[in-house]
Amino acid sequence: MNDLLATVDWSRAQFALTAMYHWLFVPLTIGLSVIVAIMESIYVRTGDAKWKGITKFWMTLFGINFACGVATGIILEFEFGTNWSNYSWFVGDIFGAPLAIEGIVAFFMEATFVAVMFFGWEKVSRRFHLAATWLTAAGVSLSALWILVANAWMQNPVGMIFDPDQMRNVMDNFTQVAFNSVAMNKFFHAVFSGWVLAAVFVIGVSSWLLWRKRNVDTARKSLKIASWFGLIGIVMTIWTGDGSAVEVARVQPMKLAAMEGLYDGAKGQSLVGIGILNPDKKLGDKLDPMLFEIAIPKGLSILANHDADSFVPGINDLIEGRAINEAGDTVSTVSYAERIAAGKRAQEALRAYGEARKAGDTAAMQRAKDIVMANFKYFGYGYFDRADEAVPPVALTFYSFRVMVMAGGYLMLLFILLLFICYRRTAVLEKAWLHWAGIISIPVVWICSQAGWVVAEVGRQPWVIQDLMPTRAAISDVTTGSVQLTFWIFAILFTMLLAAEISIMLRYISRASKKDIQQTH
Amino acid sequence: MELDLLQHYWWLIIAVLGAALVFLLFVQGGQSMLYCKTDDISRNLMVNSLGRKWELTFTTLVVFGGAFFASFPLFYSTSFGGAYWLWMLILLSFVVQAVSYEFRRKQGNLYGTRTYDAFLMFNGFFGCVLLGVAVGMLFFGAEFTVTKSNILDAGSPFISKWASTRGLEAIADWRNLLLGLAVFFLARTQASLYFINNIRHTEQFAARLRRRTLVNGLIFALLFVAFLIVLALADGLRAADGGTFTEVPNIFLSNLCDMWPLAILLALGVVMVLYAIARTAFCSTFTKGIWFSGIGTVLVVIVLLLLAGYCDTAYYRSLLDAGSSLTIANSSSSLFTLTVMSYVSVLVPFVLAYIWYVWHKMNKKPLTSRELDNDSHQY
Repeated sequence: MNDLLATVDWSRAQFALTAMYHWLFVPLTIGLSVIVAIMESIYVRTGDAKWKGITKFWMTLFGINFACGVATGIILEFEFGTNWSNYSWFVGDIFGAPLAIEGIVAFFMEATFVAVMFFGWEKVSRRFHLAATWLTAAGVSLSALWILVANAWMQNPVGMIFDPDQMRNVMDNFTQVAFNSVAMNKFFHAVFSGWVLAAVFVIGVSSWLLWRKRNVDTARKSLKIASWFGLIGIVMTIWTGDGSAVEVARVQPMKLAAMEGLYDGAKGQSLVGIGILNPDKKLGDKLDPMLFEIAIPKGLSILANHDADSFVPGINDLIEGRAINEAGDTVSTVSYAERIAAGKRAQEALRAYGEARKAGDTAAMQRAKDIVMANFKYFGYGYFDRADEAVPPVALTFYSFRVMVMAGGYLMLLFILLLFICYRRTAVLEKAWLHWAGIISIPVVWICSQAGWVVAEVGRQPWVIQDLMPTRAAISDVTTGSVQLTFWIFAILFTMLLAAEISIMLRYISRASKKDIQQTH
Repeated sequence: MELDLLQHYWWLIIAVLGAALVFLLFVQGGQSMLYCKTDDISRNLMVNSLGRKWELTFTTLVVFGGAFFASFPLFYSTSFGGAYWLWMLILLSFVVQAVSYEFRRKQGNLYGTRTYDAFLMFNGFFGCVLLGVAVGMLFFGAEFTVTKSNILDAGSPFISKWASTRGLEAIADWRNLLLGLAVFFLARTQASLYFINNIRHTEQFAARLRRRTLVNGLIFALLFVAFLIVLALADGLRAADGGTFTEVPNIFLSNLCDMWPLAILLALGVVMVLYAIARTAFCSTFTKGIWFSGIGTVLVVIVLLLLAGYCDTAYYRSLLDAGSSLTIANSSSSLFTLTVMSYVSVLVPFVLAYIWYVWHKMNKKPLTSRELDNDSHQY
């Protein structure tokens, strides 16, 4: 069992590593592809050649980043098979479809038109080239759509039914899978966060140009477009983030409780604005979970339910199956002990179903199937013996959530400030403090972006499919040593590639800045 | 639609995607030739010519995997989770390829052009050979077992179990390796044909490519004939009623006889490839060989994959437990999912149409060193 858990942990670490590296590059691809398309649209509309130069400058940076996104992305798709093969069978009937659609609909669009973007300037007409640039941007976002549909399904498994004959889940409603409410929020949240990230990247690079007093006109033009783009992005990110919070409260209340470090919920629950968790706090003890906090009264109830007086359950409430209804009465929900019992009943009945099937006893098969289906909602809990095994890491989820929110708030202020300066106080554009604020914001936005995924993925642990399959039941028959070795191979390789990408970008920006970017056609 | 029909339809789609992938491996074949008596200008021309197509190969591989996942998830979970090291080596070779075009001549790339060229050559050789090995298992089987009820064993929940060598044993199987090497030399042959079609450089460069077409083409032909003989002699498993299997001698030859129109397609495909090699090698003005060879390759690979999967054949034979073998019937997605995916597959002709249109637009004029000098974005 210990060896199994070690393999699970290393497999999780490998997936986390590869996914986080991939997510360093993807949001920049998502956002920068649109910014480049906007700039090229201005060029085609105005016929002003300097916009072509500006477009090409940002397009080159897009290309350098795009390569790393592609390189790190291929691993993720195949890791579902290499490291999570049980998962691939148990839900492959549902999960595989969005991945295949992503390939057919989005990847080919990207791969085909990105070549026109880079090499088609002299081979196709202006309008065809512009269409290729927009189609590349569309392909990138479409790709995000389908992978996030797949991811959202893991967090909120809908549109399927369990088939005991095949010991797997099968899809019975594609619309529910594709238009899963979690998926819609997640898609727009991720894509608009990509807009924000790319906007800050453009702002940061433009700020450096302004600081070095090189290509000032290009920098100012880029800064203005990026600030508008970023402001739209951050407003939409916050809006969809609010929608995501409501969905999390509905389908993953344990994740929400972990995000808040909330053990005992209440009606009109406050939200921790800034806080420090008590590291000695253990599940079931009476210690105060917070060493220090500045709370926003009723904030969490508003965030989770859009109702200031609503009840938000904490970790203990969920484990013990306790809630408070609208009338204010304490009522019982399904405790984790009951869920574990139900999960074990489902698994036992599934064994009995298999035995009855071998024996050809159809009546026993039907009886067993009825028990399986009645308890299947909590199938995954059957792998646990204790309730605390189904609680996610609280500290990492809690702090990541705060990092994301605080960084997001800072970025919103940055965009507003920059737009105010661009339109009302242009003299400030020459101030060094502003340039440094732009440059320093680049790591901030990446930390914000990564923290968002940590909240989403760590917060849903231990589930690979919410309530149905924990990570420990999802893995492949691979030795711990094999996974450790591939983990380190990826860690070293991806770090080398990241270092090369950053180095190439810095060198390119430095070199290009010494020429007139607007004349580089 | 009937489940059986959809399973056959999706196996055909897998075959078409696999065939497209083998054709597009000319990119890898070209990468493997970057340092074969080539000067810097010629090498850069070759890299830039391939660099405008590498993403199609890469994407086809990803879609091939995605389509397999969606339509035959038990294969996906069994093969990828089991042959761990084989697939990891394939993936690693494609990871390093993906950055190499963009990074190789960029200032500040940290590791130098030769490192990225070495990555391209690594992918060029291992990508082809190991993909061939992986496909070889579809004909010659692999060492795995499948027990779905294992998922209820909390201590050891693995549905698919594999030999302890985790896919390395497949590389050691000479029959898989034979196919892998055949794929590699086919890719090199097609790369030569592609360069002849896409690059206008010196007479010496063109003559060298024609020689390479002949040499690689002959080696490929020998390896492929050997593979066909091994395949014709190979035994296999055919699914019978009640989930059992029966051993069938010369199963692929038997399938070919049962589906005789495939024999015509196979012969046609082989003739087209041989025609492309011969005419390109001996006619100094002929540049269209890649199209004959490409169509021929697609036909041959489709036929081979249909022989592996149709006629109730176990396309993934378990060498440890015959009952664990995979057929398109016992490893497929449900009727509902296959139906949904079939609607999505209607988009495939549109995708092929715009790929063809863009390819036509971009390749209308062959690549020259002058164009490369004037291009702001070059590899």
